Amino acid sequence: MKTNGSERIRVIAFATVLLFLVLTVRLLQLQVLQGEKFKRLSNENRLRIEKVPAPRGIIYDRNGIPLVKNSPYYCVSLLPEMLKKTDLNAIAKFLNIDAEELNRKIENRKPFEPIKLKGGLSFKEVAFIEARLSDYPALIIDVEETRHYLYGKVGAHLIGYLGKLNPSQAKRPDFKDIPREAFIGQWGVEKLFDKTLRGIPGKRVIEVDALGRQLRLLHEEPPVKGDDLYLSIDINLQKAAEEAFGRRTGALVALKPSTGEILSLVSRPSFDPNLFARGISYTDWLRLIRSRKAPMLNRALQSQYPPGSTFKLITAIAALEKEVIKPETTFNCTGGISHGRWSFGCWKPGGHGTLSLYRAITESCDVYFYLAGKEAGINSIAEYARQFGLGEETGIRLVKEKTGLIPDKAWKKRVKNEPWYLGETYNASIGQGYVLTTPAQLAMMISAISNGGYIYEPRLTRIESPVEPVRKVKVKKETLDIIKDALRGVVADEHGTGYAARSTVVDIGGKTGTAQVISAKRRQQVPEALRDHAWFVAFAPVENPEIALVVFVEHGGHGSETAAPIAKKAIEAYLSPKENKSEDR
Amino acid sequence: MKIDRRLITNFDWVVLCTVLFITVVGIMTIFSATRPLIGGEQPSFYIKQIYWLFIGLVALALVVSVDYIWLSRTSHIVYAVGLLLLLAVLILGRIGLGAQRWINIGPFSFQPSELFKLCFILMLSRYMSMIHGTMSIRNILIAFFAFVFLPLLLLLKQPDLGTAVILLLIFVLMVLAKGVGRKVITLAVIIALISVPFVGNIIWDELKDYQKKRLLAFVQPDIDPEGVSYHINQSKVAIGSGGAFGKGYLKGTQGPFRFLPEKHTDFVFSVFAEEWGFIGSLFLLAVYLILILRGLDTAKRAKDEFGRLLSLGITFMFLVYCFVNIGMTIGLMPVVGIPLPFMSYGGTALVTNFIAAGILINIRARRFELFY
Repeated sequence: MKTNGSERIRVIAFATVLLFLVLTVRLLQLQVLQGEKFKRLSNENRLRIEKVPAPRGIIYDRNGIPLVKNSPYYCVSLLPEMLKKTDLNAIAKFLNIDAEELNRKIENRKPFEPIKLKGGLSFKEVAFIEARLSDYPALIIDVEETRHYLYGKVGAHLIGYLGKLNPSQAKRPDFKDIPREAFIGQWGVEKLFDKTLRGIPGKRVIEVDALGRQLRLLHEEPPVKGDDLYLSIDINLQKAAEEAFGRRTGALVALKPSTGEILSLVSRPSFDPNLFARGISYTDWLRLIRSRKAPMLNRALQSQYPPGSTFKLITAIAALEKEVIKPETTFNCTGGISHGRWSFGCWKPGGHGTLSLYRAITESCDVYFYLAGKEAGINSIAEYARQFGLGEETGIRLVKEKTGLIPDKAWKKRVKNEPWYLGETYNASIGQGYVLTTPAQLAMMISAISNGGYIYEPRLTRIESPVEPVRKVKVKKETLDIIKDALRGVVADEHGTGYAARSTVVDIGGKTGTAQVISAKRRQQVPEALRDHAWFVAFAPVENPEIALVVFVEHGGHGSETAAPIAKKAIEAYLSPKENKSEDR
Repeated sequence: MKIDRRLITNFDWVVLCTVLFITVVGIMTIFSATRPLIGGEQPSFYIKQIYWLFIGLVALALVVSVDYIWLSRTSHIVYAVGLLLLLAVLILGRIGLGAQRWINIGPFSFQPSELFKLCFILMLSRYMSMIHGTMSIRNILIAFFAFVFLPLLLLLKQPDLGTAVILLLIFVLMVLAKGVGRKVITLAVIIALISVPFVGNIIWDELKDYQKKRLLAFVQPDIDPEGVSYHINQSKVAIGSGGAFGKGYLKGTQGPFRFLPEKHTDFVFSVFAEEWGFIGSLFLLAVYLILILRGLDTAKRAKDEFGRLLSLGITFMFLVYCFVNIGMTIGLMPVVGIPLPFMSYGGTALVTNFIAAGILINIRARRFELFY
């Protein structure tokens, strides 16, 4: 029995050695074979790499007036590692937030990330919380930067706003280095020039413990501030233009004819980009996108309507260039013409009598252009319209642009599978019927007419040296001079339709237009929602123009009544000397 | 009682030295694991452990000085007291880590299950020593229902699953060491095969959520790295990052940075392995192996069956605790929350283990004949 016992003990000793061998092999595997991997994991545990957002570049207008500023934004957050040891009700009470909302935020948290409880704290609140932080060790106060839009709604469509990196952007390589919580440009210039404005985020390597408490700063790379951006717009012009609109909806696009710089881009109604600065609330967002007046629609680029009488300039140029009329050519307006069973009236029921091109433009005689258009033909009209940039995107990349529509015989055949009728030429000649343009396109057109036929790429940023035009329209200089002379008459002559835009400060050339909403005759008696849209294209000064613009007023009635005064105010705001202009540059 | 000269000449210095070595290493590791990172005061865990070491040494000396036959005679009483303490913990015990394991006596927390394992081994040794030859099925059943069943129930009620499983394991090992017939083995294998699914289900249902999670995490450590398997993963990171030569004493980060839970108790080996590397771990394992082999040798040389079984039981206890604890820290075993003998912080366990070491020394010293 005794030998049996010691035999058994020997077996046990052998088994023990085997068990220890198993432990040894496992230790060998973990420590020697996989040691490097675990060393890395251990460092990753201990070291937290924080990205420090770079201060965003400031956006200035063309005269160096700042349009935005970065202000500190205080936020109180909860460390998720401390959750178990924290009385959430006490915190909800202390911070004066809803306990249910707090629980919802905790449920939706991301692992290892502080849970933001309350943002936008005032200095007073920060001081209050900071003084009591020792009672609530789970709370931390962060300071971030937030964008403040100094002019609020003014220029919001152009300047845009910031928003959080959305999930689809987070996957794209160009946003790889952006901290997950960072705000980036999501609209307007903020989005288009995000890379310029963004800067390079800095890096902080911090030693932390498992509770996420920071122990030591091991390494720091400071962020590089984003580049400042000088826009082409003149904020005083922009402000004056937006004020001139009052409560009307519509758009205004002003260009510098010699460079293509966008001096102003208005879309009314506007929205307040400051709502977006820290992430827009759901209710605010719903209010914006459900509003009947569609404030998020950029009417300068995304609304297209018949250009009305402003298009007569194209008809006139086509007829002159094709030499089917001369400036002296006269037609007799008896208040309308008939074609088969249809009749085409002039806006002036009694007719204009016998008139030449100059008066046809200044008084906007429809009959003259019916006949001129008939002589030129729809294809020639379309050819010149396209040369001036109508019917195609202008290249202002703020939003997805509407292209407008310049019809011709081929288009009719392709889309409607029907031949072109003369009546349609009549309609097109006065900018009605199928013809559609956006305000931005008409701005390009009037800019090219005013500058001698040069088409420039429209620019959102201030140019520092002269630029080459993209192309020159194939129109003789004399033709454009004839048109410009008549446009001066539109505003200057007593019978001119643009008389309302006449300025004592500067010599303005322009053309009114009306986009029919319904083909009713008595437009003054219809409700506003059915009233016609008003156009006015203008430039000033007539010799050597410094500004060319288009004004579009939704349901504004006739262009001369609502659009022309807005154009005048905008032009005067830009061209008249201002006190603050000198001090800013 | 006078101390015989031969007690000193036959004194087992190997056991005392290994045990002291491990305890001192343990105190150093506890110091490192609990050290504050920036400023702050060093927590007093290591000081308390030093106190416990001295209490343990005194207990060891007392145990060595009495003939272990006396232990055999009083084993019923010792066992009964142990059981009563387990019962008391259920009634008085305070809640800690989801389980009731302590009794507070003044400023001390006393953990009866740690002491009970020794009472249990003592009782089993006493009972088995009275059996001649191998154990029959009847013997095993009597032993199980008389001495194992009730404490198992009490421990599961606490619930202290780890200690319960380990007691069961020690029981099985002692039965095997005592010797069983071929019939018993065959029967045991058949019963085991049949009952595993049922018993498995019953046990599974009885487990607390955290226990289920630990088992699941052991089977699939990658399912949720921040949750259940966090303990295992962080322990592996600690040990693995030690590499071949370790990060150096007081240079470990996993423990003091609090990535390791229970860093000075159940996961003290991870902290040690991080700082001393594969070389250090191998050395520590070797010291444990020496202690265990020495215990087996003592069993072989014991002058009577009680001494043989008692030293075997104690050695099994060291072996099982050592293997399960280290196995847990390196991801070979599920997280059961039992301490590493002599290393982990904890007074009751340390003193108990010193008493156990004292018994080993006692049995070896008195291996030749009666002293009186």
